[in-house]
Amino acid sequence: MSETYRLHVNGVDHEVADGWLGESLLYVLRERLGLYGSKGACEQGECGSCSVLVDGELVCACLVLAAGAVGRPIVTIEGIGAGGELTDVQRAFVDTGAVQCGFCTPGLIMATHRLLDRDPDPADIDIREALSGNICRCTGYGRIVEAVQRVAVARRGGAR
Amino acid sequence: MGLCTICQVAVLIPRSLHDALGALDGHPGALVLAGGTDLMVEVNEGHRRIEPDLTVVAVDRVPELRTWTLDRAAGTLRIGAGVSYAELEDEPLAELLPALAQAARTVGSPQIRNAATIGGNLATCSPAGDGLPVLSALGATVELASAAGTRTLPVDEFMLGVKRTALQPGELLTAVTVPLLQGWQGYAKVGVRNAMVIAIAGACVAVDGPSRSVRLALGSVAPTVVRAAEAEAYASANVAWSGDPVDPAVAAEFGRLAAEASRPIDDHRATAAYRRHAVEVLSRRLLTRAFA
Amino acid sequence: MTAVADVAAPTVAAGRIGDSPARPDGEAKVAGSFAFASDLPFESAVWGATLRSPHPYARIVSVDAAPALAIAGVHAVLTAADVPGKSTYGLITADQPVLADGFARYVGEPIAIVAADHPETCRRALDAIAVEYTVLEPLIDPAGALDPRRPAIHPDGNVLREQRIVHGDPDATGDVVVEGTYALGMQDQAFLGLEAALAIPDADGGGVELHVATQWLHEDRRQIADCLAIPDERVRLVLGGVGGAFGAREDISLQVHSCLLALHLGRPVRMHYSRAESFCGHVHRHPATIWMRHHATADGELVKVEARFVLDGGAYASTSSAVLLNAITHAQGPYRCPNAVVEGYAVRTNHLPCGAMRGFGVVQACFAHESQIDRLAEACGLDPVELRLHNAMVTGDTLITGQVVESVAPVARCLRETAALPLPDVALGAGSALELPGGAGLTADPEHIRRGIGWGVTIKNLMYSEGFDDYSTARCVLRNGPGGPAATVKFATAEVGQGFVTIAAQIARTILGVDDVELGRIDTEIGSAGSTSASRQTWMSGGAVDAACRAVREELFERVGAAHGIDPLRLVIDGGDVVDTIGELRQPVAEAIGDAVFDRTVEYHHRPTEELDERGQGNCHTAFAFAAHRAVVDVDTDLGLVRVVQVATAQDVGRALNPLSVIGQIEGGIAQGLGLAVMEEIVQVDGVIRNASFTDYLLPTTLDMPPVVAALVEEPDPQAPLGAKGVGEPPCISSTPAIVAAIRDALRQADGDSRRADRINRVPVRPSDIAASEHEV
Repeated sequence: MSETYRLHVNGVDHEVADGWLGESLLYVLRERLGLYGSKGACEQGECGSCSVLVDGELVCACLVLAAGAVGRPIVTIEGIGAGGELTDVQRAFVDTGAVQCGFCTPGLIMATHRLLDRDPDPADIDIREALSGNICRCTGYGRIVEAVQRVAVARRGGAR
Repeated sequence: MGLCTICQVAVLIPRSLHDALGALDGHPGALVLAGGTDLMVEVNEGHRRIEPDLTVVAVDRVPELRTWTLDRAAGTLRIGAGVSYAELEDEPLAELLPALAQAARTVGSPQIRNAATIGGNLATCSPAGDGLPVLSALGATVELASAAGTRTLPVDEFMLGVKRTALQPGELLTAVTVPLLQGWQGYAKVGVRNAMVIAIAGACVAVDGPSRSVRLALGSVAPTVVRAAEAEAYASANVAWSGDPVDPAVAAEFGRLAAEASRPIDDHRATAAYRRHAVEVLSRRLLTRAFA
Repeated sequence: MTAVADVAAPTVAAGRIGDSPARPDGEAKVAGSFAFASDLPFESAVWGATLRSPHPYARIVSVDAAPALAIAGVHAVLTAADVPGKSTYGLITADQPVLADGFARYVGEPIAIVAADHPETCRRALDAIAVEYTVLEPLIDPAGALDPRRPAIHPDGNVLREQRIVHGDPDATGDVVVEGTYALGMQDQAFLGLEAALAIPDADGGGVELHVATQWLHEDRRQIADCLAIPDERVRLVLGGVGGAFGAREDISLQVHSCLLALHLGRPVRMHYSRAESFCGHVHRHPATIWMRHHATADGELVKVEARFVLDGGAYASTSSAVLLNAITHAQGPYRCPNAVVEGYAVRTNHLPCGAMRGFGVVQACFAHESQIDRLAEACGLDPVELRLHNAMVTGDTLITGQVVESVAPVARCLRETAALPLPDVALGAGSALELPGGAGLTADPEHIRRGIGWGVTIKNLMYSEGFDDYSTARCVLRNGPGGPAATVKFATAEVGQGFVTIAAQIARTILGVDDVELGRIDTEIGSAGSTSASRQTWMSGGAVDAACRAVREELFERVGAAHGIDPLRLVIDGGDVVDTIGELRQPVAEAIGDAVFDRTVEYHHRPTEELDERGQGNCHTAFAFAAHRAVVDVDTDLGLVRVVQVATAQDVGRALNPLSVIGQIEGGIAQGLGLAVMEEIVQVDGVIRNASFTDYLLPTTLDMPPVVAALVEEPDPQAPLGAKGVGEPPCISSTPAIVAAIRDALRQADGDSRRADRINRVPVRPSDIAASEHEV
């Protein structure tokens, strides 16, 4: 039994030492690995602010036991883009006014990337269902749905 | 970052069923962790205290738990306990068990469904567990394994009460085997908002043509899932098995009997009276769809 | 009409007034690098946490911290005795203890605070503190609070404020009389960014720097300084990134606690609330019961409104007296009404304390008056829109406080433009199962769905009232930098997501003709900007930024004028140039600045307001804005499930400084109005909250919130410094009654009469309220 374990986050191995092994992945990402981009707003999986990709699947980091996530590739908001550039999804959120306070934003960016990777041509209702696990309290979702549509259209080369 | 001296928790990550059972056998009182969507909520809220010398056995890498097998000859689908609700919601499982797929689609959120497992839903045994009325209506059996061997139980005998199951110390729920009925099946659930909501009332109707049986299981209206036996007998005897739509009066009586079978409580989510009403309406509507 | 598609995409990065440039913090927010107050690690910081009362009312017999202090990693446990300065705080009346002393008066009241190495250690420390309580019978019915025979649960008594309004002829009557009693449950602001702070003590222990997510830095500072017994200037506040506010951060939550621990330990302290704690840790919208009676002529002209408001303020005063004032002074709604008798009470109970939430008392009034107006329309045999148009307020009309509405008041226009917006093109029952009431729950039966349409219109005061000398401060610095002319604007305006930081730069660019505008850190190194609330910041802080930039521009023009022998009054900014409107001179701003540095700080005050007299008469409000909403709702009338299909609105915005931001406020506000209408309520049973989580305090998801069609009514208000009115609150006010009216309409269609519709008088409307039938579920 070791008090140290290794997590693979955004392509990099991180050693987690001296942790209390009951910590969630969300806590470890933020407070031990300094990756504060994933947010905690409920710690129950009811808001999606902590959404990350584990093994390519969108999950709530607050519900993942960090020490149980060894050996699984983890991608956070800090790693969703390449080389410090904003992704098309991130750019669209900025441009359409889909960001107000921004607390829900990283989780939504992650969920949107996952949606569009699976379904490049989502109807409005599909977008809403895919994002139904991400609560936003500021925007009323209108600009968010538009941002997602913009990216989907642009990725298809503008054709509908 | 200061030194953390609260306690140590061992997290064992077995890579086979054999090792998982051995871990449970070797660590009595170990917590089983699959998707984490129930357990971690308790940990985060401080309701499940992680104490020194506790062991967590994470079973999410056990391949035997993540598979499913279709046995056409036996007419059953054996689903590993580690299969996620996201998988149950999608093809090809959705076509095999449409009511379970419908229930799966209502579980939590997409994030939750990616992690939450059917085994976890069963083992937690919440009165409002979405998949549970479906498994009950279909007459599923659960497989419980330990280092000492394996046993099976009808799901109705596994679910004993509010968050109480027949799981014994050292046992792991490894699979649920679901009969493939020949007929319509459907699930419906009432919640106050249109996503990410705990069921206030839930119902599953499943029809089996060859045995001329109509099954009705109700959720969120009793300590655990209720099979509405009287309603089932009534419908089985009174629907037109010839293919005609069900008589509205029969559907109405079916609903009424369903409400009578339920034993709901008042709580902060809904009143008992509303739950009874909801179950009546859901049952009536599901039967109408089953025999449309 | 402004379709959202018409709103300019932010191609103009350096946007000016009227453009919709992207917000300056947008890239950091999408990248996850924007630092919220919870994202501030600090070397050697320890964690703070709060022990809270489990009882709604109890005498605190003893608090034994020893078992907690014995736990390894626990650094401190503090109680009321450890508060060095003023033991109570409060926005209007300092009636709320920093730490409970003698009595706990609500579930969640802070009893003690701890500091430890790890949040889990904090949790164990809290569990270990032994508190002996004598549980007392809580006062939880507001009617009881009004009964003078009931013992006071606080030295200041059980009535927080009483106020009456008598206007015109109190005995006037009308041919048509309708009355009803309406109720609103407790709504929570439910901002996502949970309470968080980082407190760093000064080395000499005589001061502290606090990074906190809050709405009013200087008001926090005042209260912290008083409670810590240190001078204001030794308490320095820096705005930590704020994850939404909606009123919940106006009151002190963890500010004093975190500073207390930091100063006690001589170490930095981080404090974060959990969601469950947050539900108890901040104030909420006042639950209210409102009786209203309208008198009208036979053809629907309002003659008199009578009302009795009782607001449940919970355990401490917070801003209850101001909320009550707002509620009762808006009782007539956006309508002409010559006579009124209104009584209002804000009472103290052992419920969770209530205070500011977006809408601030007018949400309650509007639900009542719009429900009444619909009843009146039915009684008069008039269309609900026609009745509203008939009585619609115009500029120059008088409120029931006697105040003349001098603001632009385009009520009829808002109604007409809303009515002109297209109805949804998705027919009832068309579309996927997810688009029906019940959604993926697959409950819907098309035969039992009815589509209802409902209306709501509101008036809302902007800024503060009753003589409060509200102001905001801004500083503008203009100079030539290495890249050209650059301005820096500094203010203490709390950016909580609404986008003030965006328009501040737009204002500066427009006034100064300079693209490069940098914003200073938001902190207490400049004077107060007032609170981010009351739809006031665009007017007040926008006004301050505008005034500071104009002051700088005036100095710039004087410099140019002196250099060229031109009267500065002839000069204007055009694009990036200083231009002589009469002569030939056109000079780039960079050249005009030269090596000068212009630096001006200005306080912007609005014109004075008055207190009310004993008949509730007086010019107590500053200005007003208006909005109309139309809701289309599909209702499963058998199960009581609801799907809001569309909300249309036309809002009186004065001038849209950033149209995209305005749309954002409208859509977000409507979502909160929808939440109150059909799903949001803090449930307290016997004084104990039952749903302190997002599992059971339900917020609208993407599948609950419909598309919004919005029209921006732009009639610049001459009183507003930029012509622009505040826009944050109206969207969450009349959207609620519009949705409820649509539900009633659907029920009337299903029943052929009003028997069920007439019983929908409370929000949030629950499925059981709608489904209620003869056998009364």
